[in-house]
Amino acid sequence: MTYFIDRRANAKHKSAVNRQRFLDRYRTHIKRSVEEAVSRRSITDMERGEKVSIPARDISEPVFQHGPGGKRSIVAPGNKEFVEGDRLRRPGAGGGGDGAGEGAASNQGEGMDEFAFTLSREEFLDFVFDGLELPHLERKNLVDLDEVRPVRAGLSREGVPARINIVRSMREAHARRIAMRAPIRRALREAMEALAEEERKDPVLRNPARITELKAEIERLEKRLEAVPFIDTYDLRYNNLVDQPQPSSKAVMFCVMDVSGSMTQAHKDIAKRFFLLLYLFLERNYEKLELVFVRHHTAAKEVDEEEFFYSRETGGTIVSSALTLVEEIIEARYPPGQWNLYVAQASDGDNWDDDSITCRKLLVERLMPRLQYFTYVEITPHAHQALWEEYERVAAEYAERFAMRQIVEAGDIYPVFRELFKRRIASS
Amino acid sequence: MTRRTPIATGSDWNFEILDAFEEEIARLADEYRLDTYPNQIEVITTEQMMDAYASVGMPVGYHHWSFGKQFLAVEQAYRRGQMGLAYELVINSDPCIAYLMEENTLMMQVLVMAHACYGHNSFFKGNYLFRTWTDASSIVDYLVFARKYISECEERHGVAAVEQLLDACHALQNYGVDRYKRPSPVSAAEEARRQKEREAHLQAQVNTLWRTIPGRPREEDALPGMADEEDPLGLHEGGRYPPEPQENLLYFIEKNAPLLVPWQREVVRIVRKLAQYFYPQRQTQVMNEGWATFWHYTLMNRLYDEGLVDEGLMLEFLQSHTAVVNQPAYDSPYFSGINPYALGFAIFTDLRRICEAPTEEDRQWFPDSAGSDWRETLEFAMKNFKDESFIQQFLSPKVIRELKLFMVVDDDQQEMLEVAAIHDERGYRRIRESLATQYALALREPNIQVYSADIRGDRSLTLRHVQDSRRPLARSVYPVIRHLYQLWGFPVQLESVQDEEVVRRYHWPLPEERRRD
Repeated sequence: MTYFIDRRANAKHKSAVNRQRFLDRYRTHIKRSVEEAVSRRSITDMERGEKVSIPARDISEPVFQHGPGGKRSIVAPGNKEFVEGDRLRRPGAGGGGDGAGEGAASNQGEGMDEFAFTLSREEFLDFVFDGLELPHLERKNLVDLDEVRPVRAGLSREGVPARINIVRSMREAHARRIAMRAPIRRALREAMEALAEEERKDPVLRNPARITELKAEIERLEKRLEAVPFIDTYDLRYNNLVDQPQPSSKAVMFCVMDVSGSMTQAHKDIAKRFFLLLYLFLERNYEKLELVFVRHHTAAKEVDEEEFFYSRETGGTIVSSALTLVEEIIEARYPPGQWNLYVAQASDGDNWDDDSITCRKLLVERLMPRLQYFTYVEITPHAHQALWEEYERVAAEYAERFAMRQIVEAGDIYPVFRELFKRRIASS
Repeated sequence: MTRRTPIATGSDWNFEILDAFEEEIARLADEYRLDTYPNQIEVITTEQMMDAYASVGMPVGYHHWSFGKQFLAVEQAYRRGQMGLAYELVINSDPCIAYLMEENTLMMQVLVMAHACYGHNSFFKGNYLFRTWTDASSIVDYLVFARKYISECEERHGVAAVEQLLDACHALQNYGVDRYKRPSPVSAAEEARRQKEREAHLQAQVNTLWRTIPGRPREEDALPGMADEEDPLGLHEGGRYPPEPQENLLYFIEKNAPLLVPWQREVVRIVRKLAQYFYPQRQTQVMNEGWATFWHYTLMNRLYDEGLVDEGLMLEFLQSHTAVVNQPAYDSPYFSGINPYALGFAIFTDLRRICEAPTEEDRQWFPDSAGSDWRETLEFAMKNFKDESFIQQFLSPKVIRELKLFMVVDDDQQEMLEVAAIHDERGYRRIRESLATQYALALREPNIQVYSADIRGDRSLTLRHVQDSRRPLARSVYPVIRHLYQLWGFPVQLESVQDEEVVRRYHWPLPEERRRD
């Protein structure tokens, strides 16, 4: 007896739990690979999985086995030139020699140096964020948004034919028909009864004039009954739509970085990671995310990603130049009513002496009121300078939307990122 | 024989076609008196096949990271095209579950049905090891029970604790089998009912074992009446405990480990039971695959002879079959040991030839089989042997010649390897013997047994490894005894013994003090 079962529609991913267990167990190994990938890839190129290798010995499942040595005999197929008594050199330094001939060893991974597999895109991002719970950033306040979306809001008597609600219209028509016909029907019934009564009388006693009158009345009423329209303009109901202000699904992220001589490539790599995290984070929250790269030394310039991270400049630093440029770009291309604006700034803390005060003024007066969030990371092991102190004052004023942290080495980025957004959850 | 029109041509299939083929295969199998469980054929997707692979052929498995690792490995290999998934996956259960992958061509589906649903299926039902060690009707129930129990444990005691325990059990699962005692398989419902009873009973037993009051006068032990009451198991009657070496390490742990709590004992038991379920499969690879391959070959040819499949399908089949039974030579880059399909198929095919057209050589070597009814002889061979004894009994000189088998002796005390035998008159017997030994599970895995548990002293556990021809243990011994230490809870040592003499000792935890001395 045999029966077929089509299981194709059944759930896939039966191994999902086991897969996750594996990933959890080798978290540290995988994280290392992921971190390498992060520094290798471009910011916008994070939406792929990643191939990960783990040294096989680290994940082997040990069992008792024979080691090399001792005396054993091996039977192998495909003899060509050997005759009994031949002596052979031990093949290779592998020790095991023809060891593969020993049955079918069931140990997967034994003998392989690396256990390689591919992380899916989601898993990869999970590792990038290291299981970090992404805080749900508040979207831009509804009041100052121009973007609207039509929302269903009950029914109305007016509207365009395309929005007719048929069921409700028919129901209305039905009700109206009942209401309008009822009095006519009642009158009709009375007339019929009167006629019947008249006709039941002895023919001598009948009143022919009354009968004619009643018959005419009945005919008139029947006509009226028929004249009640099946559907009328009053019956029509339309689905009503109202415009509701809509949180903008567009965001723009400004990456601002100091590229003066004091910023080394190591500094930039750290900054890149930070920008990357913010980018990924925003990307998950907005349908559309644009990136603007602004780099500056004494003068600011908008550049593409490649130039932003990898070209070298020398000279001094004037931070306000970048902030001014950001403001100009916002004015020109990103009206705050339609865009959520994020600025991430990275610097080593150097600034021209008097410029820090200008920066604070610029921020407090011009930029902060429009921005969704401003993050500043200072990549330096040294003591803070004027810029930090001025920014601290900004932070005091805009505690909700301004965040700053110091990063000394790459390892600090994840914690700092987490901290930046954790505080935000607490305050919101 | 009347030739009929093919049931279907081309490579597309649907359920009606599969049904029609299944019916024909069943008819032919019946003609050959193949005794099978009912078949439950499941059509699945690639992804589901990878899932099935990853859970080592258990239709329902408990969760463990190692299955995830397996899955990733399979997935990677499959994506890169290093591995085809299609061939077969069949589960020793009643009804016998076989998987067909939706992407397979019609030929592949027919082939897999013949191979798995009639080949493997009849092997599972007939072979003595499977009959003794597994209960096909209850395995799926038991797996369901195991999965539920383990996930309950995870809920109660945390995933990490259960995982650690499973890691340790997995390391020892090859030593979770009684080789000589007949086990009694039970069903899941029964198992769940018994499990509660067992918990209490087992713990009581362990408590008795470890209820050793230090400094107890010896005379008291000597009183037979007293000892019986206080010590119903007779465990404390001096001498070594256990009195006989125990080969089933997991069983010993389950019954005797002092510190395990009841749920942990149950988990040990689950791993042990599953190891027992897979034990016959590990011992009958060559036979099982050989038998299934022999039957798919025979049945496919019959389908062709009757005209139920066309030349195109047959050519596709032959190409696939040839690939399956291909045996690369030892020096080929594709060589990865002896191909069990090739060896098994060759032996069964040759056995049929010996029955039907024996030569003088066959009459000498196989006086009982030569000229006998082939179907009965093959049935006998399938039912009553395992790889080791099957090769010992039925590997014919002709197969040795065809595969050009040769035997090399690797002795670490000699500088060179020696070719001890080749496929000639003098070599046949030696090769046959050596190849049979190669498949003996007892020699493939190091022989390790529980030697003594120091129940009066420091509670340490001593294992003995009896070396086979001076072959030492691989370095994985340390991680394994570390796992064992976790289960036992007290120091563990392992002694390698050669000719009654301890040649090497492994300790866990590593004896720091001793090293300093």
